[in-house]
Amino acid sequence: MERNLMVAGFGGQGVMTLGKFLAEATCDSTDMNVTFFPSYGAEQRGGTANCYVVISDEGIGAPLGDSMDDLIVMNDPSLNKFLYKLVPGGTLFINSSIVKSEIARDDIQVVKVPVTEMALEMGNPKVLNIIMLGAYVGYTQVVPEDVVWDTIQHKLGKKPKLLPLNKQAFEAGLKIGKEAQTR
Amino acid sequence: MARVFMKGCEAIAEAAVRSGCRFFAGYPITPQNEIPEYLARRLPEVGGSFVQGESEVASINMVYGAAQTGTRAMTSSSSCGISLMSEGVSFMASARIPMVYVNVQRGGPGIGAIQPAQQDYAQATRASGNGGFRMMVFAPATVQEAVDMTYAAFDYAQRDRNPVLILADGVLGTIMEPVTLPETRSPEDVAQLKAQCRPWALVGHDPEKEARSFIAPGNWDTKKQQQKCIDNAALYESWKADVQVEELYLDDAEVVITAYGVSGRIARSAVQNLRREGLKVGLIRPKTVSPFPYESYEKLDFNRVKAILDVEMSIPAQMVTDVELAVKGRCAIETCLHSGGEIMGRAEIMDAVRKLCR
Amino acid sequence: MEKVYARTKTFQKEMVSGFCPGCMHGTVFKLIGEVMEELGIVDKTTCVLGVGCCGLAMEYITYDNTTSPHGRACAVATGIKRSTPEAVVYTYQGDGDLASIGLAETMSAANRGENITVIFVNNGIYGMTGGQMAPTTLVGMKATTAPQGRDPKEHGYPMHMCEILNQLTAPYYLERTSCNNPANVNKTKAAIKKAFRNQLDGKGFSMVEIVTSCPTNWGLDPIEALDFLENNMLKEFPLGVVRDKSKEGA
Repeated sequence: MERNLMVAGFGGQGVMTLGKFLAEATCDSTDMNVTFFPSYGAEQRGGTANCYVVISDEGIGAPLGDSMDDLIVMNDPSLNKFLYKLVPGGTLFINSSIVKSEIARDDIQVVKVPVTEMALEMGNPKVLNIIMLGAYVGYTQVVPEDVVWDTIQHKLGKKPKLLPLNKQAFEAGLKIGKEAQTR
Repeated sequence: MARVFMKGCEAIAEAAVRSGCRFFAGYPITPQNEIPEYLARRLPEVGGSFVQGESEVASINMVYGAAQTGTRAMTSSSSCGISLMSEGVSFMASARIPMVYVNVQRGGPGIGAIQPAQQDYAQATRASGNGGFRMMVFAPATVQEAVDMTYAAFDYAQRDRNPVLILADGVLGTIMEPVTLPETRSPEDVAQLKAQCRPWALVGHDPEKEARSFIAPGNWDTKKQQQKCIDNAALYESWKADVQVEELYLDDAEVVITAYGVSGRIARSAVQNLRREGLKVGLIRPKTVSPFPYESYEKLDFNRVKAILDVEMSIPAQMVTDVELAVKGRCAIETCLHSGGEIMGRAEIMDAVRKLCR
Repeated sequence: MEKVYARTKTFQKEMVSGFCPGCMHGTVFKLIGEVMEELGIVDKTTCVLGVGCCGLAMEYITYDNTTSPHGRACAVATGIKRSTPEAVVYTYQGDGDLASIGLAETMSAANRGENITVIFVNNGIYGMTGGQMAPTTLVGMKATTAPQGRDPKEHGYPMHMCEILNQLTAPYYLERTSCNNPANVNKTKAAIKKAFRNQLDGKGFSMVEIVTSCPTNWGLDPIEALDFLENNMLKEFPLGVVRDKSKEGA
């Protein structure tokens, strides 16, 4: 079994970090194969940024699949650009604070998370990606949530001050993801 | 040893340090900057030295200097930067100096694209500089292979006193994967490896007691120069014993995909999927592209194999020249190609195979 | 009888130099060899030869040596010195090698303050390839690639490498000497010794530029070449210390 995820958004939205944390947590907690593959626009900041995470019990071929089982979009342009890549029955996670375009498909599940607003309410716009990561893990349970949290903690090791905020962000996301799953 | 999650470039750099690399010089170019950046931090920790050269030309020559002392030395670059290094590499092949370098290939020719491609096959295997020299060229498909091959490359380089190339690509350079790192050579082992080079290395010799070290990338004497070429050719011939290749399902395959590096891993995954569809498809994935695994094609039953599908992220195809040399017209050879930074799709390979199976 | 002078042991026994009559490469290599013996560093020194006539020395010297690609001697020396700091490394380069094709490597090694010794032999012409124009060719001086003589409008002016490197902060010692008479030969030897001593003391980049003659490609006999050197070359390339940090401050 192979599971393909694409995360797409603006540079600066923490798109790469989201993908990397998920992939690293998979590496740490399972025997599965996992790849993380970044794809930048020509610009380092402010341009488009997307990344791919593939998790599989076989050797992974292409680190970016032909189609996606899950798609996380953090901005409007990414929705329009990548929606077609999602397989029928796949799950779309959107940053509903700023993704306002109509979702022109009815063969997929949609999980709406207003991560930009939530992050601002928490006092730090940068944690939007951690909220989305929480929502993704809460919904898919692709990796145990405590393992993902361990990875986040480990990665933030040098900035322990940021831990409480990230914990709050991660848990808020988890809650939304789990609720969406049970609905 | 637990697996760790590492980016290709950084894993290559760490493997080099663990193999005893103690000198690196390089110049910034995308998509391989994480190799020099990693080593700028890491080499001083193990008493090695890192220099950011003023150009690829200077960098390869710094490596040429360091390697002449018997120090395990490395550089890395990407495509057009590798071209700039070609003179220095040729000098090392001529003077028989061990060295490892990495080409994280991008689109080409010219400045090409900064995204991944496999446009440098012919350069890597046939003419990495003037003078018709050859090198062992490893073509890793995964971060784990990149690590294992880099680690071993230093040993091959020292064994042969010849440059060794790791032919990677932008996917392998930037992808992150779990990897099990090889054992770190102790400072004593690293010192010992350098000491083994003393008879020929530039470490100073007292002319009244022993022969000087004399590094000669050429000869005034034509007979001596011809003999050097003969000796080098014998070395290249000896590499037949060092061929590395992955073969899958060749016992019953009717269509055989052949691909190296990133195309190889995507092709491998296509083969697994096609087998689940019941198609009799096999794989020949060269892990060394020099020496090339000609024998793997020789073993095929051409009464059964209808076609070979050469998959490359290069337009025009380049490895196909070696495949043609191996197949000798005994079956059709088709190609499935991408380039310019467009990454090969598994579905496309699968479609191409399905057509050939019909 | 006490033996007061002997051929340096850094030259191969019985070897006869192939340098042209009146060329000063032989003198400079002799001076380097004597300095190495006096400093007791013959057994730890490596010579990085540039490309050109200087490369002939590979056959004559008894100690470790290598040949760099044309112009890259300072880069090769950097690699040797950084990977093996206990080694003593010097480059021996002509004007085409150091100031034309190798300008970037020379400037950058100097700018890093690389702890190496550079012997720069400036005779204002390409020797081995047959008299082509060099970056140090004098205005009006004929070369096979400047048959009417160097014309500033087309070729610019001679490059003064000591002065150019003197714009950088890092270099420790820059001096221009010549070997046109016994007094200057002695001064050249003293400068070479200083440049090596600086390296042994870890002071960083030292360069001795030695203005020499090339009778063959200047189209002069050795005596005429000496006159040309004194009357023309030394006017363009004045001798003396350009930078000596050991004399600066306290």
